[in-house]
Amino acid sequence: MESALFIHRLHFAFTATFHYLFPQLTMGLALLIAVLKTIALRSRDPVYDEAARFWARIFGITFVMGVVTGIPMEFQFGTNWAPFSRFAGGVIGQTLAMEGMFAFFLESAFLGLFLYGEKRLSRQAHWLSAVAVFVGSWLSGYFIIATDAFMQHPVGYSTAADGSLQLASFWDFVLNPWAGWQYAHNMSGAAITGAFVMTSVGALYLLSDKWNAHARVFVKAGVITGCLFSILQIFPTGDQQGKMVTELQPPTLAAMEGLFHGQTSAPLLILGQPNEEQGRIDNPLQVPGMLSMLTYQRWSAHVRGLDSFPKENWPDNVPLLYYSYHIMVGLGTFFVAIMAISLFLLWRGKLFNTRWMLWILMLAAPFPFIANTAGWMTAELGRQPWLVYGLMRTEKGFSTVVSAGNSLFTLLGFMGMYTVLGILFLFLIWREIEHGPTSVADLASNLPTAGGDSKAR
Amino acid sequence: MAALWFWIVAAMVATYVVLDGFDLGAGAIYLFAAKTNDERRQVLRAIGPVWDGNEVWLLAAGGTLYFAFPQLYASSFSGFYLPLMMVLWLLMLRAIGIEFRAHVETHLWQSFFDVIFSVSSILLAVFFGAALGNVVRGVPLDATGYFFEPLWTNFKLNSQVGILDWYTVLIGVLALVTLTAHGSYYVALKTGADLGRRAQGFALLCWPLQFFLTFTALVATYFIRPDIMANYARHRIGVAVPIVVVASLAVMLWANPKGKEKLAFVASSLYIAFMLVGAAFALYPIVLPARDHVYDLTIYNTAAGSHGLSVGLVWWTFGAVLAIAYFVFVYRMFRGKVQAGEGHY
Repeated sequence: MESALFIHRLHFAFTATFHYLFPQLTMGLALLIAVLKTIALRSRDPVYDEAARFWARIFGITFVMGVVTGIPMEFQFGTNWAPFSRFAGGVIGQTLAMEGMFAFFLESAFLGLFLYGEKRLSRQAHWLSAVAVFVGSWLSGYFIIATDAFMQHPVGYSTAADGSLQLASFWDFVLNPWAGWQYAHNMSGAAITGAFVMTSVGALYLLSDKWNAHARVFVKAGVITGCLFSILQIFPTGDQQGKMVTELQPPTLAAMEGLFHGQTSAPLLILGQPNEEQGRIDNPLQVPGMLSMLTYQRWSAHVRGLDSFPKENWPDNVPLLYYSYHIMVGLGTFFVAIMAISLFLLWRGKLFNTRWMLWILMLAAPFPFIANTAGWMTAELGRQPWLVYGLMRTEKGFSTVVSAGNSLFTLLGFMGMYTVLGILFLFLIWREIEHGPTSVADLASNLPTAGGDSKAR
Repeated sequence: MAALWFWIVAAMVATYVVLDGFDLGAGAIYLFAAKTNDERRQVLRAIGPVWDGNEVWLLAAGGTLYFAFPQLYASSFSGFYLPLMMVLWLLMLRAIGIEFRAHVETHLWQSFFDVIFSVSSILLAVFFGAALGNVVRGVPLDATGYFFEPLWTNFKLNSQVGILDWYTVLIGVLALVTLTAHGSYYVALKTGADLGRRAQGFALLCWPLQFFLTFTALVATYFIRPDIMANYARHRIGVAVPIVVVASLAVMLWANPKGKEKLAFVASSLYIAFMLVGAAFALYPIVLPARDHVYDLTIYNTAAGSHGLSVGLVWWTFGAVLAIAYFVFVYRMFRGKVQAGEGHY
């Protein structure tokens, strides 16, 4: 049983982690494309139209990846986590169904128009379709966050006679206080990914002295957006998220911070390796009193350590949770630093010629993906050992009718499939970047997924 | 309230099969009807702007099933574990087949994705049919409310049934033929010239098979589950189902050779919708029959709490109106025959 549980968990963790690499980019780019289209509509500067079209091509490829890796997510609730679905489906099924009805239909309908309809639509209508795609993708994010928020902090439910959960208050459930800050934090993270990727491609072009006019638009839009959201990521969204964890999942906070023993004037750990066997941190690098200050706004405040909680309620993988959290926070700090410096250089009019900074911006693109992944790992490892916090333990939720061997079979299948998909994705994105945002007289040939249509070009 | 959700889910599934059915069918004839690169691009252009939206009906139906009948969702998805995962892999392959083909303009690249797209479309049609066959035939549910089916046992309908047996394979083949015809009418409707004529030819070829398999399947269904007639005997309105099915088959036979593709396509859509509604009508109020009828899952023992179902009705109605509006709008935008040389796909 132990091994079946492990494989079912790995199955979901692997497919979810791989999936989320793509929506974070499409959600971020959807915002940036809507901004570019808005500027294009107002200024009628063709560079902005071409920039929007270039990013729409990248968006199109990424969106396909997001769709194909996203379909298994909804299905896995039923296939691999059937007892959980039976237990909580009456509540979380609401938001998952709403995602289909309100977000996916909107997104798929307007994406077709946005990607293929530029010639058939007026400028305003095409702008509107870009905005609709943006709204659809960000709405989709909310429904998923609201679903996760219920698992983190269940509200608005009642327990039926057979022990399953049912909806008691729709608005309490949909407007879960946990969901609000988590959504803001998550979407800000997606905007950071989009901004860093856009900046990176711009920096690449500037450093190779190609498509300079477009590259300046990319870097400018990316740095302004990136700086804004890197700050919002820490304050207020990350800070508020931390306060919710402190209040509602106290063992999680202790594990994230690597605080094995409760203490007053608790230090904030910057680096160090949790040694769970000995109950301490090896090679600690810490700021004295800072954790007390951040959590309770008092240097001398007492922060509860893992020893304040029964061991069976500890998150079951303390070291991984600790590392995920520290990687997320460390990278988040780094994002603020490089974006603030870049924004300063941009304001002084020097950024486009500061090659060392452009190098950093070009190479920084993978890090938001790592930070977002680490953030989700913090949230979901931190929720352990609960599947629905305080109501259902993870070991009670997986499909016992699906044997470990059957689950491993499909896990390996997904791993193989996703390896191929990942390689295809990188190959196609690289082709688009290499091809660049060239302006062509014929509008139609410049549309996304026209890709390598040499005849029209 | 649960009864209403039963019909809503049934209607959403039927909508999914009618809509995604034509792009699956277009995929099934794709390698054979569309010979040149230009013709293949015409097929892709005919389904390109809509296939993703069509597939959303599957996700939306799945989500609706999840929230309205969580117990059914849990039992059926875990029980059909292996075939469902394979359906997911096929859906993925098919999507990249359609979307990634046009990105590299070389013969090798495109031939590869052509085969991926077409083969996954064919297999999906068979799998969906086999899935329906499993639901009608019944699955080995026990007192826990769960089951797990292997992919196949010995292809017979004994105590140890598999996903594939002679009956479910029969329904799978019927589904493939039906969707191939459905897709052929659509391709004929959206294109012209040689491609349109070849699609029309495929539809002509499918018709006798579809006719024969429809009746074989009905007889076989009655043979393995005589109780399937109970609802039809009880409610007179059920007679509409066979009438529409036979009439739509007749219209297809008449309209296709005359070049009335639109009429044939509408008839084919009605045929699919009424076959599915007919199956739902026969099963009601059972949602997943067990091989041993004491363990049948019904709308009564699988539905979510009544407050959730009432609240759901409010937003579902609102969402469905919006979804239909988008569909009407998108299909109008891309109405008419596809033009050669338009830049995408």
